[in-house]
Order: sequence, then C-alpha cells, then structure tokens
Amino acid sequence: MIEVCNLTKRFGDFIAVDDVSFSVGSGECVGFLGPNGAGKTTTMRVIAGIFPPTTGVVRVGGHDVRREPGAARRVLGYFPENAPFYPEMSVQGYLAFVARAKRVARADRATHIEKALAECGLREVRHRLVGKLSKGYRQRVGLSQALLGDPEVLVLDEPTSGLDPGQVSEIRELVKSLRGQRTIVFSSHILSEVSQVAQRVVIVDRGRLVAEDSLEGLSGRLAGAVPLWVRADVAPEALRAVLVGVAGVERAEVSDGRVRLVVRDEGVVEAVSRAVAEQDWLILELRREALSLEDIFLRLVREPAQRSARAAEGTP
Amino acid sequence: MNAVVRKELVAYFSSLLAYVVIALFLAVSGFYLYSNLSFFLLSGGFDLTRGLWQYQFLDMRQYMLTLLPLLTMRLFAEERRLGTLELLWTYPLRDVEIVLGKFVAALLVLLLMLAGTLLYPLLLLPAEAALPVEALVAGYLGLFLLGAAFLACGILISALTESQVLAAAVTYSVLLLFWVLTWNEAAVGAPVLWLLSQLSLFDRLYTFVRGGIDTADVTYLVLFSAVFLVWTVQCLGSRRWRGVR
Repeated sequence: MIEVCNLTKRFGDFIAVDDVSFSVGSGECVGFLGPNGAGKTTTMRVIAGIFPPTTGVVRVGGHDVRREPGAARRVLGYFPENAPFYPEMSVQGYLAFVARAKRVARADRATHIEKALAECGLREVRHRLVGKLSKGYRQRVGLSQALLGDPEVLVLDEPTSGLDPGQVSEIRELVKSLRGQRTIVFSSHILSEVSQVAQRVVIVDRGRLVAEDSLEGLSGRLAGAVPLWVRADVAPEALRAVLVGVAGVERAEVSDGRVRLVVRDEGVVEAVSRAVAEQDWLILELRREALSLEDIFLRLVREPAQRSARAAEGTP
Repeated sequence: MNAVVRKELVAYFSSLLAYVVIALFLAVSGFYLYSNLSFFLLSGGFDLTRGLWQYQFLDMRQYMLTLLPLLTMRLFAEERRLGTLELLWTYPLRDVEIVLGKFVAALLVLLLMLAGTLLYPLLLLPAEAALPVEALVAGYLGLFLLGAAFLACGILISALTESQVLAAAVTYSVLLLFWVLTWNEAAVGAPVLWLLSQLSLFDRLYTFVRGGIDTADVTYLVLFSAVFLVWTVQCLGSRRWRGVR
C-alpha cells in the first residue's frame, strides 16, 4: 500500500531524510520509530503529500504522490503531530467540512460522519466547539478527521504525544482497534508503545534507515542487549565473582549495590539464578532492564559501527 | 472549493467578525449618507440623484479600505499559525481551490455588506422622482470590483505571514499606496503621471460613480484581483516545495 523508494528530502543544505526505502503491505500496521529530529515527520509528510520528495519516489495505494497527488490523497488519512484544529468549529461541523474536502459523496456524508464520531468516541461531544475540548478529545478529533471517508491508508504522526497516561492508553487502544482492514503507519519515540500496537517497525536515525524488521526479529537481534540486574544477600563483589563465570554472561559489573550483567540471550536468567542458589545465597532482586529507545540505538547504530571499526583495526 | 467556502463562512459568522464588519459598514456609511444628504439639501440647486450618489460611493470606498483588510487578515495567517494548512494539504484539494474558496467566502461577505446599503436609495425613494438606476448599478459594480481587488491583495499578504495583525497592517498600507500613487501630480512629468494613474486602484472608481461603466476599468480591477490570486497560489506552492507551512 505504501512504497517509499530511495526517498531523500532536502531543505536547503539540510538533509532531513537521506535515501530511505521501505514498504508497507496492505492491512499491515507498522511502527515508525526514531528520536526527535530523525526524519520521521518529514517522511510522513511526504507520504501524506504535504510536500514532494527532493529525489526518490513515494507511492500510496499505487499512486505516485508527486504525479497523481489527488488520487494518492484520496486513499490516505493523515494525523499531523499535535493535532492542529479550528477552535471555532463544532466537532460535527468540522467533520462535515472534512467530508466535503475529502470529496465524500453527498449521500454518504452523514453515514461517514456518524461512523467517524462513533469510532473515536466523540458522539457525546459532537456539538461542542473543538477549542473547548480537552487535549485528549482534540486528539480524537484529529484521528476522526484522518479516519473519515474510510481511507485505506492511515498515517499517524505521534498520535499519543503530549497526553497524560490515561489518554495515551485510550488513544493506543483506539489505534489498535483500527488495525486489520486498514494499512497503518504510526510514528512514536516510545518503544513499548510500538511493540504493543505494531507488527513491524521501521527505525530511522538522523535521516537514515537503521532497521526494518518484525518485532520478533528485532527482539531476537536485541536479546543480548537487555541488561540483567541481580542483587543477593551477599556483597555485590562476591556475587559478581560468581556470576562472571556463568555461561552466557558477557560482562558483569558492580553498580549501585547490584550486579549488572550483559547477557547473550534470555535463557541466561535461569543459569544465573541456579548459580546463585548453588552458593546457598538468596536472590533479593532479579530484573531485566526495560529497553529504551536509546539502548536500541546504541545497539543498532553505534555498536555495529564500533564492531566494524574494530574489525578494520584487525582486533576481534 | 465548496468545502472551503462553507468553512470560511462558518468561521466569519461564528467568530462574529462578519457581523461586526457589516454592522460597522452600515453604521458609518449611513452617517455618510446623512451628511451628504444634508450637504446637498442645504446647498440646494445641485443634481441630487447624480451628485449625492457620486459622493456617497466615494465615501464608502474610503471606508472599505479600512474594513476589508480585517476580512482577509486571518484567511491564511490563522491557518498557518494553527498548523491546519498542513491538514488541508493532505486532502484532495488543489491550492487553487483553497485560495479561490477563501476568496469567494470573503466576496460573499462583501456582497452582503454592500447589499445592506441598498436600503439607502430605497429610503430616498419618496423624495426622488425615480431611482437613478444607472448611477446605482454602475456605482455598486465599481465598489464590488474594487472590494474584490482589496480582498485579493489581502489574501496574498495573509499567506505571507502567521500574524493576523501584520497581515492587516501590510494590506492596509499596500492599498493606501495604490490610492496615493497619483497624489504627486505636481512633482512628476506628464508621462509618469499617466502611468501612475493607469496603475492607481482608486482613480478607477471615478467613471463608475458618475454612472458609467468603462471596460478598461472593469478589466483593470478584474486583472488586479486575478494577479494577486495567482500570486497567492504560486506562493503556497513554493512554500510547500520548501517545506514551510
């Protein structure tokens, strides 16, 4: 449904997106990950037809966004970051405008508006002015305009940014409920969010594609990156001395009264707890550090670079 | 385009801007009528039907210059500030449709504003032998075309900034410059003066207010609007290409 081929977008001398290629199949839900300024929004704006690519081709539903902008936009619903809104319009009035702008046939407009209101839980606030709604509701209004007219493709730019935790999970559930019949690309800088919603992730950093993989594939590649924290009823130095000998432990260091292990794979957890038990010690704490996006980048971007640098120097 | 026209009309009337502008125009042009009428009645001996409307239209022109930039200032500046222009660009709407939609909505408010003043000649009907139809038709046509030109100019300037106040101030200044272009008649030579008077937006109204319709004037005013509208479309396109809202 979405094909991005060698997309480059330059703003003057600044290269926002540099030769990025990926594709999203029909009915797929893809998470678009990257730190702020990685080129997520620029890529999504090109897909949405807001501005054309400098070089490369982007197709939505088979339509080139530059050559056939009208046809490409007809199959696409876009949610821009921060959900811009017209404060003086009512929710329903706004959706009526969107329906006309999206050229929904007059006879179908009412049905489509009702459907969008229902899907986004906006029925009760339909007559209220968008400017008077809470941020969570405004975000829903933003999603409802994207959904209106049943576009096959949804491009959602940080749909959960700036919301409180309750609202974040509401919006996340909403996006989840949209999966299946539609093709969805949504961006985020929170890994856990992407892992809950998406089947596949595309990761960008500084305008370049870093990884494109299924979540399983990615976590397989990242398994060793998950540090393990261990605390037992002995001095951490003694614990470290034992754990460093456990098969599968690549590195062990004492930190903050605990031992931090870098392990090869998840199976090492068992070996670690067995090793502690054999010493007749009690484990007081054994937890896996949550992977942050930064860790992923360290793993995917910096480590391969270091490895290849080392390889070039001839050291293992 | 229809979608944009409706949206802008909703914005005009729900924000009260249109009501306020129309009410102010009616109040002030009503006062102009009162003073013009007094002048003609007290002086006596003038051709009431021709002379009165001529003065009345010229006065209304002056007030339109003050009011119309208020109608256009928010059209693009507000969309840019809110970030909603970006959204419009993801709908299957062409830039031409967005610009024309906004222009037509503003024209409709202008039309309503002028239509309100049709009451004045009707009020004077008992005092007059017959309605000076030709003078009125030509005068209103002139005012409408001139107003359209003001609006087109205002739309371009609104597309250049995120600040509504700036948009209004610059529009007002540009239009004023077109007005005072020919004031310098003593200091410039005849050919230059001729050129300036061809360019002057406001001098174009003189034939209309005397009850005549000159195709040259109509062409100039329509072209003036068209140039600014095309310019606005170009401007949106180039901003889009460069990735600026």
